[in-house]
Amino acid sequence: MSEQTTLDKVPAPRPASGEKLLEVTGLQKYFPINGGFIFQRRVGDVRAVDGVDFHINAGESLGMVGESGCGKSTTGRLVTRLLEPTGGKVSYAGKDITHSSRKELAPIRSEIQMIFQDPYASLNPRQTVGSIIAGPMEINGINPTGGRERRVRELLEIVGLNPEHYNRFPHEFSGGQRQRIGVARALALDPKLIVADEPVSALDVSIQAQVVNLLQKVQQELGIAFLFIAHDLAIVRHFSQRIAVMYLGKIVEIGDRESIYGGPRHPYTHALLSSSPEADPDDDGRERIRLAGDVPSPINPPSGCRFRTRCWKAQDKCATEEPPLVRLGGNAEGHLTACHFPEEPTIEAREEDIVLDPALAAIEEAADETP
Amino acid sequence: MTILTKPEAEPVPQGSEHFLSVRDLYVQFATEDGTVKAVDGLSFDLDRGKTLGIVGESGSGKSVTNMAILGLHNPRNTTIAGEIVLDGQELTGASPKTLEKLRGKKMSMVFQDSLTALSPYYTVGRQIAEPYMKHMGASKKEARDRAVEMLRRVGIPQPQTRVDDYPHQFSGGMRQRAMIAMALVCDPDLVIADEPTTALDVTVQAQILDLLKDLQQESGTSIILITHDLGVIAHTADDVVVMYAGRAVERGTVRDILKTPEHPYAWGLLGSIPRLSSSVDVPLAPIPGSPPSLLNPPPGCPFHTRCAFVDQVEGDRCRTERPVLPEGRGSACHLTADQKRDIFIEQIQPRLR
Repeated sequence: MSEQTTLDKVPAPRPASGEKLLEVTGLQKYFPINGGFIFQRRVGDVRAVDGVDFHINAGESLGMVGESGCGKSTTGRLVTRLLEPTGGKVSYAGKDITHSSRKELAPIRSEIQMIFQDPYASLNPRQTVGSIIAGPMEINGINPTGGRERRVRELLEIVGLNPEHYNRFPHEFSGGQRQRIGVARALALDPKLIVADEPVSALDVSIQAQVVNLLQKVQQELGIAFLFIAHDLAIVRHFSQRIAVMYLGKIVEIGDRESIYGGPRHPYTHALLSSSPEADPDDDGRERIRLAGDVPSPINPPSGCRFRTRCWKAQDKCATEEPPLVRLGGNAEGHLTACHFPEEPTIEAREEDIVLDPALAAIEEAADETP
Repeated sequence: MTILTKPEAEPVPQGSEHFLSVRDLYVQFATEDGTVKAVDGLSFDLDRGKTLGIVGESGSGKSVTNMAILGLHNPRNTTIAGEIVLDGQELTGASPKTLEKLRGKKMSMVFQDSLTALSPYYTVGRQIAEPYMKHMGASKKEARDRAVEMLRRVGIPQPQTRVDDYPHQFSGGMRQRAMIAMALVCDPDLVIADEPTTALDVTVQAQILDLLKDLQQESGTSIILITHDLGVIAHTADDVVVMYAGRAVERGTVRDILKTPEHPYAWGLLGSIPRLSSSVDVPLAPIPGSPPSLLNPPPGCPFHTRCAFVDQVEGDRCRTERPVLPEGRGSACHLTADQKRDIFIEQIQPRLR
């Protein structure tokens, strides 16, 4: 399981990087809520994804961060067309695939692959590693030169597993190794885009780094574009060139790595960055923002700007008018923010911490008064 | 908030023993496959009002240790040996009745998964009130008032009405707050928080961690914070124990562990996590391989199978001889102090920027 496996055996006719590989406009997914006795009727919707625009260039990695329930996984599943979008448009390599049938999708499915979060649930326990990885080739009728078995052994080597483990079953592997099997399966069809839905969050810290390094190697050497979905901001920053921040079914800010992590404008991005714990006892130079409460329900999202219920800058305008996702003055090209009252583009500590949590504010106020 | 604060100048015996001290703790489970040595000779101390962070990967014995302190293991298949002394009271040999009196009153626990740790059958208020009635002999009415007070203290809005809600009516962050309220209801001296924020989102995690810290400053409780996330301990813990395969491999203040770690495993952990300010061009430095099975741990140093510095130790000591963890600041490793310093400065530190 050395880290220095070479990837030179892989053929590489690839679209030039910089071209738009995937484009998503106004994407929506509403899950209906049914109610009523005997006669089921639709009583509401969970607006999991509600008007999302972004694109991924060939060979690029777009990171997607946000808290649970913000719709990042649903977006991943819509892009791979595992779910049918309610509205909006998904186009892959210039072709509209929003409502394509199974048959129309067949040639595209092999180019968009997915890596799942839970390596224990995403591998069939009754199949050997060999048949799991060869599965996609079988379904798509692909016969690589030298046979499928040889290709599978090659793939096992690429992901740092012993090719002799071909006939083993998933339960014989540890979590990190299973995730490598998942990566090998995603690579089996030589895809152009991989949607990685929280690929490392189920793994231990030391194993996480192994898998992140593997994915990065795959991305750089094979030029595969990634939609990298995760909640860990530091890992997303490490892996992605561009980052989209989601909140309650919408993208609130999107931009390149330096803009999002160095000069965020949306208050929510500030709050996220400030909450992300750093393993450094000296980083007191960062601003401290503590929001109150949890993310509201996506069944009845707040009107106007969805973050306004937890935002310290919210005004009447935020409730009535939904802020558009636009480039603000002073922002870099491609750095878009959806906010009426954006923050300064810095993450330096402020003169006064923003503490919205009532319990925290009460205790800290009391502590300030007593001494 | 009148009843909540402890009497200010509690006579702390000067220069005496630690509030909690664990010595040579062994916890073993008998399973069909053999004996699992979940904790294998662990020692640590905790002083009053301090926070001890226990860091390690899954299966390193962090939770098992703390279940042993609380006496929550099934005595039928568990062997516990060693010494656990809480405020002068020995716990390993204590009767179930004694432990029952201590649990919830003197020591309490905040569990990781609040949905499974709370009973779905009782209201949140009743679950918070129960230990107060049991230990403080309070009436139902008093206990309910106390529950409302506790909910307000941990930041649940409208506590008078929410006290009658069931756990499923709370969001994840609110449930975790309710768990904290439950743990603190009898003003315990020791709170064990087992991955209290792992199931939560980052913005909520930050709220909960700050809340724990602020409540601790207010009431002077000692906290044991179990986590796998070095970021979580950076701003909450005073001292840290790094565990690997059931043993403590390094001990020190939080600054020691994060700034000048000595054990190769701690180096590996720090090298594995990306930071918000680190260079993105430098690949992460993972620890090769995976943690050993505790059914059959490797001889000598348990980390030697994954350690890159085995050949720098003379002879075969890493494979044959188990390194001891010195008292106080130190690490259980055969490398000499000079070697550790040189390797850290030359090879490890440059990668951590």
